[in-house]
Amino acid sequence: MRCLLVEEEVHQFSNLVKALSGEDVSKCYQCGKCSAGCPIASEMEILPNRIIRLIQINSKDTVLSSSTIWLCASCETCFTRCPEEIDLVRVMDVLRRLSLEEGYRCPEEGILRFNRFFLASVKNYGRVHELGLMMKYNLASRQPFKDLGQGIALFRRGKIPLRPQRIKGMDQIKGIFAKSKPFLEREASGGGGR
Amino acid sequence: MRYGYFPGCALHSTAKEFDLSIRLSCPHLDLELVEVPDWSCCGASPGHMISEELALALSVRNLYQAERHDLTTVIAPCAACYSRLKSANKEVREDARLMSRINRVVGEEFTGKVEVRHLIEVLYKDVGLSRIESSVTKPLKGMKFACYYGCLLTRPPKVADFDDVENPIIMDRIVEALGAEPVSWSHKTECCGASFAISRPEIVVRLVDEILKAAQFAAADSIVVACPLCHVNLDMRQSQARNKYGRNYNIPILYISQVIGLAQGEAYKALGLDKHLVSPKDLLKKGLASF
Repeated sequence: MRCLLVEEEVHQFSNLVKALSGEDVSKCYQCGKCSAGCPIASEMEILPNRIIRLIQINSKDTVLSSSTIWLCASCETCFTRCPEEIDLVRVMDVLRRLSLEEGYRCPEEGILRFNRFFLASVKNYGRVHELGLMMKYNLASRQPFKDLGQGIALFRRGKIPLRPQRIKGMDQIKGIFAKSKPFLEREASGGGGR
Repeated sequence: MRYGYFPGCALHSTAKEFDLSIRLSCPHLDLELVEVPDWSCCGASPGHMISEELALALSVRNLYQAERHDLTTVIAPCAACYSRLKSANKEVREDARLMSRINRVVGEEFTGKVEVRHLIEVLYKDVGLSRIESSVTKPLKGMKFACYYGCLLTRPPKVADFDDVENPIIMDRIVEALGAEPVSWSHKTECCGASFAISRPEIVVRLVDEILKAAQFAAADSIVVACPLCHVNLDMRQSQARNKYGRNYNIPILYISQVIGLAQGEAYKALGLDKHLVSPKDLLKKGLASF
């Protein structure tokens, strides 16, 4: 008799997630606590517990192109309450990186743009320069006057330095950015890790 | 007591008053803070979203800076910095292979001889409530504070392990020692949306509204925080939340160190209390009128 489900294939995606995050999503039995406590659940098209289920059933495209993985705020409520102690934040991190690596379109452009500009600021100065970051973000998102009122109010109170602070150890920071890879394989024999 | 001090990027800009008030109130408690020399950003959320190795290396660079200068304990007042530094420390200490890999990326030899702690943990455990109480010259009688812990001061409990994860009480005990009344309320550990303040402000406005509504319902005069991201969201997005949801709250958001400084008799401006968008002036007139 022909076997309809090939073990390796059906678990391909969950094995990959396990190899990259060290988290075994097959332990999830869908209690839904993660989604019940998630502060961003109402903005998500796919709830966190469903993301886990989709990983279990190998729906890689649906997961990696969903906005949910970008809307996760890393608040750690899900991990704290998970009866199986699945570190969903770590899983979300791996899903975000996989989605970038494999060229999926990010449905939350603004969040990705903010993250990239934030890290660019760290790469250039060693610390975040908030004014530069906000101006760059607003220009790139074609809304130059967004939060202008708040910005002026903060500036008046001396809370927005005009100039960035550059640290002395910039060579080291550049080196860290040049050498860092997106993934750390958690298990040598996990399979699928790059 | 000598501690390393990792202010983090926010305390040099939008959370300047957190830095000012820490530097003013800590000497009253015999806490000597030595800034970690040439510290750099911890990578925050964008770091770990894009690259795990980058996130760990940026944190380990700072831990090494502390270790090299014999700062065995580092206080990080920002909950996000605290969480990043402490979890990176924990991860590399528990995995020798990871430690050497990250050391190669950083280009230094960090050995893991540094403890990362949050300011409120040190205040509660090392300084102690009685010492805090004895530094008080102007008790904050009659003031009702909602202590807000947000996400990363208690979560995940494997990293932030100094207080109860669902109902933390450390800040409540501290404000009590200052003579104020901590209110019992529902949103102590709800998330404010932190990193989405710029990229998805409407989510932050919704979350901020829920938190402010809960504090108002508990009849708090003010919300006390120990994280610059919580502060900037609750303070800066408050008028937007009020307009969008048609509310009437006007709740000043104060840093725990400002509240301590006030009780120690430090001045309004010196503590940076004039830097908030929601002014605490009226609140303090009411509270401190009893002297």
